[in-house]
Amino acid sequence: MGTTEFALKNQQSDQKKLSLISFSGDFDKLVATFTLATGAAAVGYEVNIFFTFWGLDAIKKKQGRAFVGKGFLPKLFGFFMGGLRSAPVSRLNFLGASPKIFRYMMRKNNVATLEELVDAAKVLGINLYACEMAMHILGLQKSDFIHEVKDVLGVATFLKISDGGQTLFI
Amino acid sequence: MSTVKLDITREHCPMTFVKTKIELSKLKSGDVLEVLLTEGEPLDNVPKSVTEQGFTVLEVTHIEGQVHKVVIQK
Repeated sequence: MGTTEFALKNQQSDQKKLSLISFSGDFDKLVATFTLATGAAAVGYEVNIFFTFWGLDAIKKKQGRAFVGKGFLPKLFGFFMGGLRSAPVSRLNFLGASPKIFRYMMRKNNVATLEELVDAAKVLGINLYACEMAMHILGLQKSDFIHEVKDVLGVATFLKISDGGQTLFI
Repeated sequence: MSTVKLDITREHCPMTFVKTKIELSKLKSGDVLEVLLTEGEPLDNVPKSVTEQGFTVLEVTHIEGQVHKVVIQK
């Protein structure tokens, strides 16, 4: 059974469901996304995250800056967009110093870092999906993403998967 | 049947729930998880959420200060 079919089958059960559209590749918004996702999964929700546009940075295999993508422009964009480790904060980024400071403050205050939240999401079996359209624009392929990404989807399938639960756009 | 201990007194949301859930997922049916947690969100919601997920809360005991022990059976 394919992943998508499995997700569709799950939707018919009584399990509560949270679906997140991860649009922003910002550090702080990714922390919000993965905090909600892991918290919901841990209390028994089925959780789906649909990564699109900048959000795709969070699931790239290469977490730093790398020329990922097919073609000259996608490679250039891929480099400047970077991956999880180079995600900027949405305000007061200070040329990339703020995410490092945030990571330090999170560790110091014993709050899970973004990387720990992503690891927890993998362990909890959260369904990670990539947006087919955004991948096409950015010249990305499923093999550019971490292997936990279950499927590449379009809007119609995401709507079916998220139907009957709560959906948030972050 | 074995008993596993988990201390989440220094954890914050969502890792309080996440660590409990991951630890429970490693156990076999009938095994017991003893969780040390603090008052507030963890004490209010960890027993409730594990009960909702079909686990059995055997005991909630006050240890000292803000620390409580929740005994959960898978």
